[in-house]
Amino acid sequence: MSANPKTVVYDAERVWRDFPILAREVHGKPLVFLDSAASSQRPRQVIEAVDAYETLHHANVHRGVHQLSQEATAMFEHARERVRGFVNAASIREVIFTRGTTESINLVAQSYARPRLKPGDEILLTALEHHANIVPWQLVAEQTGASIKVAPMDRRGVVSIDDFAAALTPRTRIVACAHVSNALGTVLPVREITRLAHARGAVVLVDGAQAVPHQRVDLAKLDCDFYAFSAHKMYGPTGIGVLVGREALLESMPPWQGGGDMILTVSFEKSTFNELPFKFEAGTPNISGAVGLAAAIDYIDSLGIDNIHAHEQHLLAAATEKLSRVPGLTIIGTAPDKAAVISFTLDGIHPHDLGTILDSEGVAVRTGHHCAMPVMEFFGVPATARASFACYSRESDIDSLVRALARAREVFG
Amino acid sequence: MDLKDLYREVILDHNKSPRLFGRLDPADSSADGHNPLCGDRLHITVRLDGDRVSDLRFEGKGCAISVASASLMCEAVKGKKRDDISHLFHEVHEVLTKHDAPVPEDLGKLAALTGVRDFPVRVKCASLCWHTLNAALERSASTVKTE
Repeated sequence: MSANPKTVVYDAERVWRDFPILAREVHGKPLVFLDSAASSQRPRQVIEAVDAYETLHHANVHRGVHQLSQEATAMFEHARERVRGFVNAASIREVIFTRGTTESINLVAQSYARPRLKPGDEILLTALEHHANIVPWQLVAEQTGASIKVAPMDRRGVVSIDDFAAALTPRTRIVACAHVSNALGTVLPVREITRLAHARGAVVLVDGAQAVPHQRVDLAKLDCDFYAFSAHKMYGPTGIGVLVGREALLESMPPWQGGGDMILTVSFEKSTFNELPFKFEAGTPNISGAVGLAAAIDYIDSLGIDNIHAHEQHLLAAATEKLSRVPGLTIIGTAPDKAAVISFTLDGIHPHDLGTILDSEGVAVRTGHHCAMPVMEFFGVPATARASFACYSRESDIDSLVRALARAREVFG
Repeated sequence: MDLKDLYREVILDHNKSPRLFGRLDPADSSADGHNPLCGDRLHITVRLDGDRVSDLRFEGKGCAISVASASLMCEAVKGKKRDDISHLFHEVHEVLTKHDAPVPEDLGKLAALTGVRDFPVRVKCASLCWHTLNAALERSASTVKTE
């Protein structure tokens, strides 16, 4: 055990044991999973909650008077309330279930932005955005004649509040930015960004996919207008995510997709749309996904999000220190305020080769452009390797990574 | 899977010191190749003498497998006729993708790439240069993708 007090109160070994998949082997070596920023693993508690739902309670929601439908509906709506409380949204009317962060952003781009934007209007992004927070805006810009502007970052991967303020103009209608960069780990000052944007009359969407699992998110404090995230990066299932939106804005937006659940009455002449949040949930939703997401939130709460944050920050510091001592290794993304994500390159070994060699040692890292090609372009690299940590990561995982990097050096001579 | 089988000496050597690296100017044809998965980019220029590739060069950035494969390919096809190149491409493709395909004797140094077949996600790295050369030979100026 480390002498660090943070790791004494936080029993990472016990947390690790909650995640059955982590005990498996890969290529005959114990799995060392350092790709949680792409998708985190699920604890037994989430797997069992989904299993219990499928085994005992499944039926369609909001439709039947029979017992199972009532149970499924209660579980689905309970999940919505859990999500609301977890991010401190004002009301369950503001919590919309989607397929994930990407769909949440597309919903806002098409339903909020598209009817409002006019030629000459500006959408302001930052230089470190994930493709999912670039492409939906490019589509809507093309549809409306609006243009896209980009707030720059510096060589550390920091978007300074001054640079952001300078990029805001009277024509800025929408600001869309990450809360935490998936490629660099940078934490953006979204509260300050929101304050500046609101002062200019712009609406703010925050891509919170990389923030929600790792730090406390209090939407009442952040004050942004839309906040998007995915369950599968926070120990929940794939295929379900959330859009939290300001109620007055959601009320003013037309439905994005048509179908069941999002209507009150339908005739062939006209339909009356359902109230929030159902207006934006056409068709049978991902019920078991919502149940799994609620279980994931219960799990995070059982550990305490602040404890998870402290644990991961401890790992980030340890990993940064140990990786910095690896000869030829360069860390890409050195913002002072960072989540536990470390992108790096190793001299003379392409990230793709590195990924294969680390994999042969059982170490799973992401290699590639991390769906952030503009970030790679900025740093002048085709790709990086990325180690990302989660609540179940251990200090020994860092040592395994460092050993596997030494192995890569051996292979390449 | 055995790393030594993937990163054989020949591969590491051609990655470190790629042969026929650069750009022919003037050239009779050229093509760009791009593997969006890993960001590999290749540019191949060729000089033709009738039906024969009299000279060629490649340049670009990529992983060891893609650089070594391009280097080995350029050496192997220089001076060959189109039909022979097609035949060689077919053989390389077979050994890259079919697990138990026998390794033809006329593959020569290209046989060093057979270790790739145990690493399915890396096959595209090895085949990108061949697709790009094909495009150049078809006189297509468009960018080739392996996706």
